Amino acid sequence: MRNESALRIVWVYPDLLSTYGDRGNLLILAHRASLRGLAVESVEVRSDQNLPAEADIYLLAGGEDAPQVLAAQRLAADGGLRLAAERGAVILAVCAGYQLVGGSFVANARMYAGLSLLDIRSDRGLTRAVGELAGEVDVNLGLPMLTGFENHGGRSILGPEARPLARVVVGVGNDGRTEGAWAGHLIGTYAHGPVLSRNPALADLLLRWATGIEFLAPVDDTWHERLRAERLAAVKAA
Amino acid sequence: MVIDPDLLAHLAARRQIALISGTNGKTTTTRLTAVAVGVLGPVASNSLGANLPTGHASALAKAGATAHAILEVDEHYLPHVLAATQPRVVALLNLTRDQLDRAKEVAMLARLWRDTLRGQPIHVVANADDPMVVWAASSTERVSWVAAGQRWFDDSWVCPECGGSIRRERRNGSVDWCCTTCALRRPTPHWTLHGNAVVDPRGMCHDVKLSLPGEINVANAAMALAVAAEFGVRPEDAVPRIAEITSVAGRYTIVERAGRAIRLFLAKNPAGWLEAFDMVDPAPILLVINARQPDGFDTSWLFDVDFAPLRGRPVLITGERAYDLGVRLKVNGVAFTHVPSFAEAVMATPPGRLEVIANYSAFQKIRVELDRAE
Repeated sequence: MRNESALRIVWVYPDLLSTYGDRGNLLILAHRASLRGLAVESVEVRSDQNLPAEADIYLLAGGEDAPQVLAAQRLAADGGLRLAAERGAVILAVCAGYQLVGGSFVANARMYAGLSLLDIRSDRGLTRAVGELAGEVDVNLGLPMLTGFENHGGRSILGPEARPLARVVVGVGNDGRTEGAWAGHLIGTYAHGPVLSRNPALADLLLRWATGIEFLAPVDDTWHERLRAERLAAVKAA
Repeated sequence: MVIDPDLLAHLAARRQIALISGTNGKTTTTRLTAVAVGVLGPVASNSLGANLPTGHASALAKAGATAHAILEVDEHYLPHVLAATQPRVVALLNLTRDQLDRAKEVAMLARLWRDTLRGQPIHVVANADDPMVVWAASSTERVSWVAAGQRWFDDSWVCPECGGSIRRERRNGSVDWCCTTCALRRPTPHWTLHGNAVVDPRGMCHDVKLSLPGEINVANAAMALAVAAEFGVRPEDAVPRIAEITSVAGRYTIVERAGRAIRLFLAKNPAGWLEAFDMVDPAPILLVINARQPDGFDTSWLFDVDFAPLRGRPVLITGERAYDLGVRLKVNGVAFTHVPSFAEAVMATPPGRLEVIANYSAFQKIRVELDRAE
């Protein structure tokens, strides 16, 4: 029996888009919502299933080239994510998922159409970007420094309808200057895998957007904060 | 060390060689195979896990003239080592995500293997339960398929042949799989497992009483027996020998220290952690995580591991990246205590068994501390 009032979090196509601990973002969002006493329904929708259009949060994760192309094609044919985006549902798109919500991306040396939910287009860089990523987040989002790990061959160019998620301090991100992009309730980032592990405030932003609750009760973030401090100190020292 | 590319070929000449490769279980399976083939006489082997060409050359040189050599090979070096050593048998265990910030992605690695093996006059022993391995091995003519099992499905939902979906169905204790769009499917295995027994292609059942823990090591033993069979070793002659192995390159050994019986497990990637949870006894457990070059700098994989099997027992954590693990365990609902070092973890647990699971560089460091580094 579905709980109609539960917060519904959908992991989009874990059979195609799942590398590098991507499940972490689903687990962390569900955990932080539960700590606030919110009922949560986590749904993993495989690529041979219809994507529900009425969920609250959608997570798109990383993937290799062939699965990325397949995911983009199936999402375009399904139409559910577009409907969700149009009514303002929250979307967190990571790495390959970030590229495929844009206008176009390159995989296996070919250009493919993306879903055009975010005004970016992605190309291949000359080198692969692998390592620690840190950046000052857009002040409009009111978040502390973004910290993560990137591992991608893409470079992304933002159009006028998207704002950079962060200004790069360490790493490459979109192009060595900016990292990720956002518009409305859609956030895209190259900080791959469990980006919310190091950025609990970003997780809470997504939860606030999804629930409309402006003030979420504080939770014990000791371990998140220790991890953040350690990683930010490590990149500063390097 | 830079070695003459002909040196390995020179040292390999006039030996009958088997190469063992895969993401997990290489070192243990190499040891099991070397002991099994030992029925025929002395065997050269890189038994301590030095699985790059320099390690192969050094193992062969050290062993002197032997009729047989069993070599563990890093997945990425299979083309190179195969060309240099002209093996008679190649064993392919499994392919899953491992240290992705530096390793090739799984599908790329499967293609590398497939291209390397195509048209080679080699007998391949391969895991029928791993779609990536099956696809890689299918480019050759002669394959012994072993039902060695698969614990980690999440790198093989997409068909490497056509990009279609792989469907799995549990059937009589094993998992049958097939591609929903092309002809790739689980081949009928020649070697199967029934609990602790290995059934050979003649239908003979061999009770394998290993001293090594876990179901996964019975599967590794099946692979080893299948490789040894290609050299003419009868399983019934090899089984008593492999039962005597108690430790592999420091793994599984119990070390007494300050009244604690410490047992070390190495787990380097998500599939390896699931296997380790399967092997540990219900005792206090210490988890140690580093992220140095040999471990991979990216700790994201911690979220691919479900630590729930550890709930309810005393869990300690340490290591250079213990905070990443701390967040993971919190989210996973596993209570734990952080300790600054391995030595303090030992003192923080009551006398008796302490199980330790560590990733690569953490494992090596602990071995040094326990004076067990070879």
